[in-house]
Amino acid sequence: MVMNLTKPAMPSDDKRWKIVNATMRRHGHSQHSLIEALHTVQEIFGYLDETALKFVAKSLRVPLSKVYGVATFYNFFTLKPQGEHTCVVCMGTACYIKGAPQILEAIEHIAKIKPGETTPDRKLSVISARCFGSCGLAPAVVFDGEVAAKVTPAAATEKIRRWMNS
Amino acid sequence: MTPEELHKIAETELEAKQQTQHTLCVCMAAGCVSTHSDKVKESLAQQIEKHGLKETCKVKGVGCMGLCMAGPLVAVEQTGALYQMVAPQDAEEIVKNLGKQPVKRLVCDTTQPFFTRQKKIVLENSGVVDSERIEEYIAAKGYEGLLEALTSMNQAEVVEQVSKSGLRGRGGAGFPTGLKWGTVAKARGERKFVICNGDEGDPGAFMDRSVLESDPHRVLEGMAIGGYAVGASQGYIYVRAEYPLAVKRLKDAIKQAERLGLLGHNIFGTTFSFNIEVRLGAGAFVCGEETALIASVEGKRGQPRPRPPFPAERGLWDCPTLINNVETFANIPPIIRNGGEWFAGIGTEKGKGTKVFALAGAVKNTGLIEVPMGISLREIIFEIGGGIPDGKKFKAVQTGGPSGGCIPEQFLDMQVDYDSLAKVGSIMGSGGMIVMDETSCMVDVAKFFMEFCMTESCGKCVPCRVGTKQMHELLSKITDGTATDENLAMLEELCDVVKNTSLCGLGMTAPNPVVSTLRYFRDEYMAHIHDHRCPAGVCKIGKEQLATV
Repeated sequence: MVMNLTKPAMPSDDKRWKIVNATMRRHGHSQHSLIEALHTVQEIFGYLDETALKFVAKSLRVPLSKVYGVATFYNFFTLKPQGEHTCVVCMGTACYIKGAPQILEAIEHIAKIKPGETTPDRKLSVISARCFGSCGLAPAVVFDGEVAAKVTPAAATEKIRRWMNS
Repeated sequence: MTPEELHKIAETELEAKQQTQHTLCVCMAAGCVSTHSDKVKESLAQQIEKHGLKETCKVKGVGCMGLCMAGPLVAVEQTGALYQMVAPQDAEEIVKNLGKQPVKRLVCDTTQPFFTRQKKIVLENSGVVDSERIEEYIAAKGYEGLLEALTSMNQAEVVEQVSKSGLRGRGGAGFPTGLKWGTVAKARGERKFVICNGDEGDPGAFMDRSVLESDPHRVLEGMAIGGYAVGASQGYIYVRAEYPLAVKRLKDAIKQAERLGLLGHNIFGTTFSFNIEVRLGAGAFVCGEETALIASVEGKRGQPRPRPPFPAERGLWDCPTLINNVETFANIPPIIRNGGEWFAGIGTEKGKGTKVFALAGAVKNTGLIEVPMGISLREIIFEIGGGIPDGKKFKAVQTGGPSGGCIPEQFLDMQVDYDSLAKVGSIMGSGGMIVMDETSCMVDVAKFFMEFCMTESCGKCVPCRVGTKQMHELLSKITDGTATDENLAMLEELCDVVKNTSLCGLGMTAPNPVVSTLRYFRDEYMAHIHDHRCPAGVCKIGKEQLATV
C-alpha cells in the first residue's frame, strides 16, 4: 500500500508556520508528536486557534476531535489569545498558606477579572497556576515571565495598576 | 569516547581548577535567578575584569545551594565562604575582599544546622559544579558509573547492585527499584524503553526541578545505566513545561553528552547504544501517574489505564518500559560507583539512602534539603528549618502533596521513612514538605487539596471524577459554616468509597488530606459545624462573625 504522505499547505504565508513544520518533521510527522507540535504553536503564536489545530491535525493525520481533546485536556494550552501583559499567581500549597489568595483577591479587585480571563482592552490576563516550584520564595507571582518572590498584595496591585494605565 | 579520553577531560578540568586562586560560584537555579542572581553574576565578572584579576579569579554559575530564602547566594569555592542576599552593587566589595576576610555584612553562617545536618548524595554536585558544562560533571566523577557498568559489569550485575542498595522509588510509592529493573530486564520484547518521570506536579515540591537544573547529567547517566541494565536503547525524560530553565539545561546537557559520545551509538566502544529525548508535559497533575504519563509521551490525553499489565511488561507503545522518578535515577551513578552495600549502609532498615525534601511554608529556612532516611521530623523542621518564624506555634506538617496528609505535633519525633509516614496517615510522596503554623485552618487546607484533586481529576473513572467534586462541596459547606453532622458522616463515607474504588493513584489518595485532618484535627471540623466559627480565623464565617460582633 502506498501511503499518501502529502502534507497540507501552510495556513498562510506567515513564516512562523515553518517552525511548526520543522517540529513535526523532526519527529517524522508521527502521531505521537502531537503535544510537541502544539507546544511549538503556542510558543510562537501565544495560543492555539482553530486554524492551527486543523493544520496540525491534517499534518499528523490525527482526527481534529482528538487534537481538540488533547488541547483542552492539558492546562498549559490555551485556545484564547492572551493580553498584552500576563500575571500568573501561584496557588501552590506553600504560596497558598503564605497569602496567595489575598494577592489574587486584590488583583481581581482592581483588574475586575477572574483568573483565566483577559481584560476587555486586552491589556492584562490573570492566571492562577499550580505551583511553579518557587516554594522557597512564597508567595510567588510571575509578571510577564519574570518570577517575583515574596510578593505582597500591595506590590502586586501596584504593578498591575502601572500596566493598566500604560 | 574511550575511558582514557574521559579521564583526560577530568584531569584537564582539575588542572585548570588548581590554577584558579578564587572561584566565585553564583547560584543559577530558578529560585536565585528570580531574585536576579544573573545580574549578580554579570556584575561580579565586571568587577574581576575591572580589578585586573581575570587570570586568577573566575565566576561561574552553579546549581541550587539549598537555602532559597536567602538568595541570591554566592560561594567562594576555595574558602567555603557563603554570601547571602547579594545585590549587584555588592560585587565590588566581594571581589576586593577575595583572599582576605570575607565581607561580614553578607556572610551566611555555614555552621548552622541547615548546612551541617544534611547528607548529600543526590545533591552532591548541586551548588558545586557548573550545570551547563559537562566537563565539570566529568571532573566530579561523572559518567564513571556508566563506564564501570558498561565495561566491567554485565546487565544482571548492575541490577544486583541496585537491588543490594535497597533503593526505593523516590516518586512517592517507594517500590523497590532493583525489583523493577529486574522485571523489565526479564520482560520479553524486541524494543524496550526507559522513561524518567519529571512531571513534578505536586504543589509545594521542587526537588526534581532543582536536580534537573543543578545536575542534569547525573539524571542522564542514571537513565543510561538503567537502559543498559534492562536492554533498552531509547529513553524519554518527561518534564513539566512549567520548568523552562530545567528543560533548557536538560536539552543542552543531552547535546553535550551526544557530542562527547556519552550518549548515542556504541558508548565507550561497547555494543551499547542509548539516546534520550525530552518530552514536555503540559500541565496535568495526573501525568505523574505512570500509565497516564506514558499516554502523554505517546501524544495522547494523559489518562491512566488499569494495571496490570504494569509498564514493566507493557508500557510505552506496549513495549516493556522502565519508568523511574528523577531522584531515583539521580541516585544510580553513585550506587554503581560505590557499590550497593555502601548505599545500604545509609538510612534505616526499610528506607535506605537519603531523601531530598523541598522545605517550605511556615518555617524560617525554606529551600531544598537532603537528609538521611530515619531523621526525625523535629530535626528537619526545628533544627535544619530553624523552627517557626514570628513566634508562632507549630500546627502540622504536610507531606506528599495532595496525596499525602497532615502530621500533627505528637509525631514530630518519628523517624522519617516510607513506612512510618504511611503509618500516621501520610505518605513520603515525592518530597514536598509544607510546615503550617496556628494561622492555618486544617479544614481549609483539606478543601484546598480537594479543590486541586477535583480540577486535576482526568475524568475517566466515576469515583474520582464525581467523588472529589462531592467531597469538595461538602468541605465548602463546612468552611461556610452551613454543614451538619450528616454532611460530615457523608464526607467520611465518601473518603472510603473514593479511596477504594478509584482507578489510579490520584483518586485512591485524594481523600488522604481529609482523612488525616479528620483524624488529628477533628475539633476544628467540629468548631466549624457546631459553633460556626473557624478557630484559625481563615474561613469566611470566622471573619463575618467578627464583623457582626
